[in-house]
Amino acid sequence: MGMGKDIFEITVNGLKLVVIFLMMVQMVPILVWLERRGSAFIQDRLGPNRVGPLGLMQLLADAVKFLTKENFVPQNAKTFLYYAAPVFALIPGAVAFSAIPMSSPIQVGTFEMFGSTWGPYTFLVQGYEIGVGIVFILGVSSLAAYTLLMAGWGSGNKYTLMGALRASAQTISYELALGLSIVGVIMLYGTFNLTEMTLAQQGPLSFTFLGHSIAANWLPNWGIFYQPLGAVLFFSAAFAESNRLPFDLAEGESELVGGFHTEYGGFKFNMFFIGEYGHMMIASGLMVLFFFGGYTIPFVSIAELNEWAAGVTSTAGKASALVALIHFLAFNIKFAFFMWVFIWVRWTLPRFRYDQLMDLGWKTMLPWALANTIITAFVIFIASL
Amino acid sequence: MPLGGVIFIVIFIALFGAFLVWLAANITGTKPVYNPVKYEPYECGIPGIEKKETKISVKYYLTAILFILFDIEIIFMYPWAISFREFISTGGGAFVFISMMVFIAIFIFGLFWEVKSKALEWD
Repeated sequence: MGMGKDIFEITVNGLKLVVIFLMMVQMVPILVWLERRGSAFIQDRLGPNRVGPLGLMQLLADAVKFLTKENFVPQNAKTFLYYAAPVFALIPGAVAFSAIPMSSPIQVGTFEMFGSTWGPYTFLVQGYEIGVGIVFILGVSSLAAYTLLMAGWGSGNKYTLMGALRASAQTISYELALGLSIVGVIMLYGTFNLTEMTLAQQGPLSFTFLGHSIAANWLPNWGIFYQPLGAVLFFSAAFAESNRLPFDLAEGESELVGGFHTEYGGFKFNMFFIGEYGHMMIASGLMVLFFFGGYTIPFVSIAELNEWAAGVTSTAGKASALVALIHFLAFNIKFAFFMWVFIWVRWTLPRFRYDQLMDLGWKTMLPWALANTIITAFVIFIASL
Repeated sequence: MPLGGVIFIVIFIALFGAFLVWLAANITGTKPVYNPVKYEPYECGIPGIEKKETKISVKYYLTAILFILFDIEIIFMYPWAISFREFISTGGGAFVFISMMVFIAIFIFGLFWEVKSKALEWD
């Protein structure tokens, strides 16, 4: 672990961190466009279609509009908190997103450059690999509750304060169900490391239960077939964590105006938006990693893919790059599907009332997550007898 | 370099990105024109009467305390979950399983008591 052993490796790893951050930020306008077009499609409207082909330039127009807005601080606001909140909204998303493995590592062999030989390298397609991946990502992304409180308190407005309290109470309540729903996943794979989890999910579905070996060749070896309840609970809690509809009680035009970002406009509002979409990306990424095989391709094991790539390319480095590219595409297809589910659900379901929301979190999802943990432990224990 | 350093680099990148956006917004943005109404706290079009500190429900405080309690209990399950299979393979499975079930029983009792004492009722 670390940045590398010589200047080349450190440079590449440093650039990788920048690229992953930019990837996260650049995905936001695309998702906003997708959301607006998708909602228009669902509601039988047209959506943005004037600026550029299919309205794609709308993103650029929006960004320019955000930047040209007037930048001022309301009189009651606490200036430091008011400015710090949108900036800190970016950080949890960026830090947690960097820990998600998006593809298999790229091997670079020895080569000559600037008159000296540069040794073999292995570059991971993720910001940094971290042994306690899950705990780290959950811990970092729950820091977003502070952002909400900073924004709500710092704006000096009663609507923002109420919205922030609502949003943070909701976030921490669903954090329980979120944390508990993946205890089963951890038990199943016996690791916190996200790459090891991904590797455990390749090939067809097969396991041993009570001394019988059970195999289903028509199903991939994905976590969802072992942890269906955990997957549903995790995904629902992730909706509440990212303050998305049907759990977007932080905002409410008739009672709270805009919630915690009522007093924000221009690029500061934009940063909150990036933070919210960052949460959705982390949730989708984790969903893919825990329950849908990560970057692996269903029915094709990594060894088979490596063999095929070695046949069609000349060097080992090129083969690993080709495999990494294929894995990256596979990851992104699954990832895009879950991002679309986020948008789809938003425009399909109505919202909850606040007491219903808290009841669902504490009295329904927490007991079910607990039941999932007990059942998983019991089945794993019985299967070993 | 330890892992902490890499995380600080990511934080620095995010801060730097935010700074660049702030800079661009200050260069391209409209210059603020003073208008007393604009600087008032937002209040659906009528003059605000409340002071800036508003009263909030004690329920939020209670929820936060209960969250800390239960979240710590959940965190205790993580190390157990990760080593559960190891314990099974070394023969200590029954002991570890039963001790965790006792822990979860206390957890369920706490949750039940909490619901029973109406700590989670929102009205």
